[in-house]
Amino acid sequence: MREIRASAITETVARLCQEANYYLPEDVLEALKRARQEEESPRAQQVLDVILQNSQIAREKQIALCQDTGTTVIFLELGQDAHIVGGDLLEALTEGVRRGYKGGFLRNSMVRQPFSRRVNTGDNTPPVVHTEIVPGDRLKITVMPKGGGCENMSRMAILRPGDGKQGVMDFTLRTIEESGGNPCPPLIVGIGIGGSAEYVMYLAKKSLLRKVGEHNPDPEVAELEEELLSRINATGIGPQAWGGRTTALAVNIETFATHITALPVGVNLQCHSARLKTAVL
Amino acid sequence: MNRNKTVITPLSEEALAGLRAGDQVLLTGVIYTARDAAHRRIIEGVDRGEKPPIDLRGQTLYYVGPTPPRPGQVIGSAGPTTAYRMDSFTLRMLSLGVKATIGKGGRGKEVREAMVKHRAVYFGAIGGSGALLSGTIKRAEVVAYEDLGTEAIRRLEVVEFPVIVVNDIYGNDLLEQGKAEWRRDAPFKGAYSELPHNGG
Repeated sequence: MREIRASAITETVARLCQEANYYLPEDVLEALKRARQEEESPRAQQVLDVILQNSQIAREKQIALCQDTGTTVIFLELGQDAHIVGGDLLEALTEGVRRGYKGGFLRNSMVRQPFSRRVNTGDNTPPVVHTEIVPGDRLKITVMPKGGGCENMSRMAILRPGDGKQGVMDFTLRTIEESGGNPCPPLIVGIGIGGSAEYVMYLAKKSLLRKVGEHNPDPEVAELEEELLSRINATGIGPQAWGGRTTALAVNIETFATHITALPVGVNLQCHSARLKTAVL
Repeated sequence: MNRNKTVITPLSEEALAGLRAGDQVLLTGVIYTARDAAHRRIIEGVDRGEKPPIDLRGQTLYYVGPTPPRPGQVIGSAGPTTAYRMDSFTLRMLSLGVKATIGKGGRGKEVREAMVKHRAVYFGAIGGSGALLSGTIKRAEVVAYEDLGTEAIRRLEVVEFPVIVVNDIYGNDLLEQGKAEWRRDAPFKGAYSELPHNGG
């Protein structure tokens, strides 16, 4: 049994919140640069240049890449042989978000009582936390500040088994078409297929943890990722939906077994400001 | 395509008439921030017979909720938020005299038609470029609804704030034009219309 202090978790989360919001991940930067080289629309080229320039300014000035510093979504992989001491895990995470956002000059975007009063909680808490128990004695923490523009364009449907691959493709393309410029393309398109109603959306979000350019290990799924990416980039929507070839940088699909009656599909979009930062304790 | 034409805000009738969808424009002058909560509060006030907290006639509204500034900074990261969420208030805002709005994404049909009627424009700023746009904002001052925090109404003085005309006063729409120009194939091959759908 290995001990992990709650205070270390808090410090780590605070740091990850800030780093995620200032530094665009390398794989995303590389994908944007590649897209800039391949883009044919002059206007889209300019948009990609601005996005790259913005990431430099954010890095140099330690200013948020985007004013929407998001709902703080935290993914934990907790080793079954780790023991958290000196405090409550959820409170440690929450305090980390509180400190990270305040100290990092990040925006507080969370409101309580969503359907009525919508009063800002004032410290961007609470985070949304997903925990998986895994072998080992480590704690892997990933912070994903998820912006509203792209999150609001999420879609889920339970298709009929007979709708098959074509149904999954049509549902995804429809989601992208109807979203237009709202989710801030170029996008990373996260897709879950299978499981149950709530699990398919979790899979869609979890797929966004994958690096841009990394495919699902299952060749059939990887092929669908490729096919969908080329179809999405044929829509002409382009960066900011002002026209162009670069509507998405990647399509990431995660699958799970499902019930004989169902074909659940979830789409969770990530904007080009695909903020993500991981640490292992 | 006009490139990087500088336009003074508030916009004159002549300036509005000279803008076409796709024009790249640098805005210099005064603009006001307002997003979801401020829109709701302005309209609820007007419904009770109150005056809006600022004179909206001729003004430009920027849909933004900035991050807090570091000490010595004018404003934090300050890029556009998604405009369609303001659509349900925009007809009223146009009636109150607003002549231009700045956001990201597209506008609904009703709003696009109302912009033609009211001779108003919608500018797109690049979503996710808040760190860069921050540098074009030279002064920022909360002028109403301070309790709304990031959603308060701020008066901004901007110098060469980069935008593109998405909707002009003639009914042109950059999003439609862009997609028509760059689309490579029909998007759907399957039974698209029969699929379940949970939003719009």
